[in-house]
Parts: sequence; C-alpha cells; structure tokens
Amino acid sequence: MADTDGLRIADRKHIGLAEMLKGGVIMDVTNAEQAKVAEDAGAAAVMALERVPADIRKEGGVARMSPVRKIKEIQQAVTIPVMAKARIGHFVEAQILEALGVDYIDESEVLTPADEAFHIDKFAFRIPFVCGARDLGEALRRVGEGAAMIRTKGEAGSGNIVEAVRHMRAVLGGIRRLTTLPPEELMTEAKNLGAPIELVRWVAKAGTLPVPNFSAGGIATPADAGLMMQLGAEAVFVGSGIFKSSDPAKRAKAIVQATTHFKDADVLARVSEELGEAMPGIETSKLAEKDLLQTRGW
Amino acid sequence: MRIGVLALQGDFALHARALARCGAEAVEVRKPAELEGLDGLVIPGGESTTLLKLMEAWGFVAALAEFHAEGRPIFGTCAGLIVLAREVENPRQVSLGLIDVTVERNAYGRQRESFEARGQARLDGRPATIEMVFIRAPRIRRLGPGVESLAELRGESVLARQGTVLVASFHPELTDDLAVHRHFCELVRRARVAA
Repeated sequence: MADTDGLRIADRKHIGLAEMLKGGVIMDVTNAEQAKVAEDAGAAAVMALERVPADIRKEGGVARMSPVRKIKEIQQAVTIPVMAKARIGHFVEAQILEALGVDYIDESEVLTPADEAFHIDKFAFRIPFVCGARDLGEALRRVGEGAAMIRTKGEAGSGNIVEAVRHMRAVLGGIRRLTTLPPEELMTEAKNLGAPIELVRWVAKAGTLPVPNFSAGGIATPADAGLMMQLGAEAVFVGSGIFKSSDPAKRAKAIVQATTHFKDADVLARVSEELGEAMPGIETSKLAEKDLLQTRGW
Repeated sequence: MRIGVLALQGDFALHARALARCGAEAVEVRKPAELEGLDGLVIPGGESTTLLKLMEAWGFVAALAEFHAEGRPIFGTCAGLIVLAREVENPRQVSLGLIDVTVERNAYGRQRESFEARGQARLDGRPATIEMVFIRAPRIRRLGPGVESLAELRGESVLARQGTVLVASFHPELTDDLAVHRHFCELVRRARVAA
C-alpha cells in the first residue's frame, strides 16, 4: 500500500481487504445458489443485491438493499467475502449490513438513491465501503468520505463496455494530469475537480489513488475483463453479465481466467470459445439521461 | 536473487514491492513455466479458494511440490498459508501440504473483526517487534514436530517455519516493516549457498 501517513482515509485493514481482491472477479448474486456458482467458478467475492442491474433497468421501481434473509443465506453458502449494496445516502441500510457482518458495503448508484445531495459518512462504520466514480473528482470525494475502494461506474446492466472504458480513462487520465501540474495550480485544480486539496496533493505526488481502483458496469465477456485490466483496472466487478448469459458457470470461470491472464491473448482466445450467448446489450448512447444509472452520485 | 510472486490473484504487487525494497528482483508468476530460474517464491494474500482453483487449472500443484523438493524456499501469507498447510479446516479443503500445520480459515470472524496488532518475533536469532495486519485471517491451530514458531499473538503462533517453508497468518506486505521479508530473503540466500 502507498504511504498514506497524514491523510484521513479508510483504515489500512479495510484498504487491505481490497488489496486481497486484486486480480479477482467480484460477481453480483441475488441468492445462495448463484453465490455457490460464483464461488465454484473462482470469484474472489460476491456482491449481494435484490435484482441484477439488467432486471432493475427492465422492471423499474425502487431498487433497495437485498432482503436480510437472502444476505444471510448467501453468507451461509460461501466462504469468500460477501459484499452487499446499500442505496446512496441510506446510512441505515448500511447500519443493517454492518450488523449482519457483511464484509464490504457498496454504496451504489445501481440502487435508487435515498439522498439527493449527500453520501454516507463511511468513517462511522467498522466495515469498509466501495463507491462508484466516473472521474477523478468523484473518486476523491468518495475517498474523502472514507471509501476504502473505488470502482469506476460504467453503465450497469447495459452489457456495453463503452462507459466503463470512458470512466477508467477519465480517472487514470485525471491522475496522470495531476502529476504534471506545478504546486501553485493544485488548489484551483482541487476546486475544479470538487475534490479535497489534501487528496489532490497526495495523488499529484504518488501518481495513484490512495485506495485500489476496480472496474464495474458493462463487463459481459472475457475480452471485456481483459480490456479493463489492460487499461489499468486492478480487479473487475461483473453484474448482469454472468447470470444473464446462457451458461453462467462457464462464463464465470472464463472471466476469472481472463482477469488473471489479462495480458495473454492465447489464454483469452481459449477461454472465449464455446461460451454460449452473452447477455443482450444496450446501446448506451441511445439511453435517455433519466435512464442512466451512472449519473446518480454527487 | 530472483524471487517469484504468484500473481494469479491477491496482493502480489505489494509483495513484489517489499521484495524489491529488500534488494531482490521480484518476478510475477502466472504459469508454472515461469518458475524456471527462480530462487524462491511468495504465495500472497488473496482468496484461498480462488487461488487453489487457478493453481489446479494451471498445474501449479505438482510444479510447486517439485519447486519445494528442489530446496527452493516458499513464503505464504494468509491465503498463501492456507494453500501451503497440511490440513485446512472450516471448511476442509485441499491444500499443498508443504508445511505441517493445521489451519482454520476465517477463524477470527468476518471483516468487521479484522484487526491490527504488534507482536514479538524472533528472526535470524534476533528479537523484533513487528506490525501485524490480520484480515479475515486464518489461525494456525496445530504446529507439527519440526515446525518452529517465529512469532506469537495471544499465545498462538502467527509466523512459522519448517525448513524452507515460511508462513504468516498476517500481512507484513501491508506495512512498511520489512523484517519478515528480509528473513525470507535470508532463507533464499542460504538455500542458494547450500545448492
């Protein structure tokens, strides 16, 4: 881990758990059977949610934290870390997830926001949080609130990698830009980014985020996973991409292999064979602004 | 001195950084053929079930048994300890059995129960206070004859060695304290001299 002395960020043990998940795949699951399929395929962790993003998109309505009984069943079914989603700003859903002993909370734009202006104070919890980000400013605001891991948002439930690529390039490009600025420009840059100056100074010096940076939102194939890893993601989240495909177990295994061997085109070619049908995708540029999940978060 | 870090999944980059700080050349290993020419290997923290599945898929089980039989040292932290242990409980699962210990997985609890501590270690004949970060950590429940405990926490071994195999239930690679990695580099150096 980078030397973060003097920065007020999440606990080392919480950032450390994210470090342990690197090079791995975190899979969205809605019940114990899916969790078992994910674990058997080699998932590094599972993410419990009420409905996968593709179904949230289709069915509409308010998307909330997964039912408590489902989370407990998933915790019983697997030995890998169990994460769960809470609505943006819904600190009581987060308190319930903490009481259940969930290993990581995803304060997620995929669920319907509970607060239109504020996120959860993540320092108030004994368990870590991951939050989504579309650019460097958003990532640093979440880190400043105590997130121990960032995932770029992509467009969940779309099966379209284009937004994930855009957001990963924006975050990493933003970091590269900071490292080139002279000290006198950093305060104005912090203002423009809407990010805490201490974190801006730290990133400008270190050339990295102070917490791990994973990718989410639109990964549907082994090639998608390889693309995000080669672009600089340190691990991937796969939501609808697995359980909305025709053969989830096979696809899950293939994406795990692809994430480990992301630079090896022979392996990527081999695991991409005979996968069955991927989830149907959506042309995200045709989605109306109100139908985008990525714009939720402040 | 070239030391490999198994890079299938987990915090391999942090181990590589610690080894480099100790003056070793760290090499990421994703396939058994990449073990060629290495003087030692680190199996990092990560998810042990994921690591084992990827290791089995790529033929690492036999390759590491051979690596060990040739006298090349191996160091496992957390998931790496689980993978190297003779016996694994909670749940029972297969492992390489290269060090005679019994390990209980997730024995301190979930992430809410993860913690940091300082403990006394004895490394290369010298006592040292080391920083320890425990994350959903396993516990070493039994040390076989021939296994030496190098550090304890609350009366239980958290760092142990049998011959050329070193294991820790905590994560020295998450701290700036290089004492444990230096100890491993010393093991590797001695094994090279012996060979």
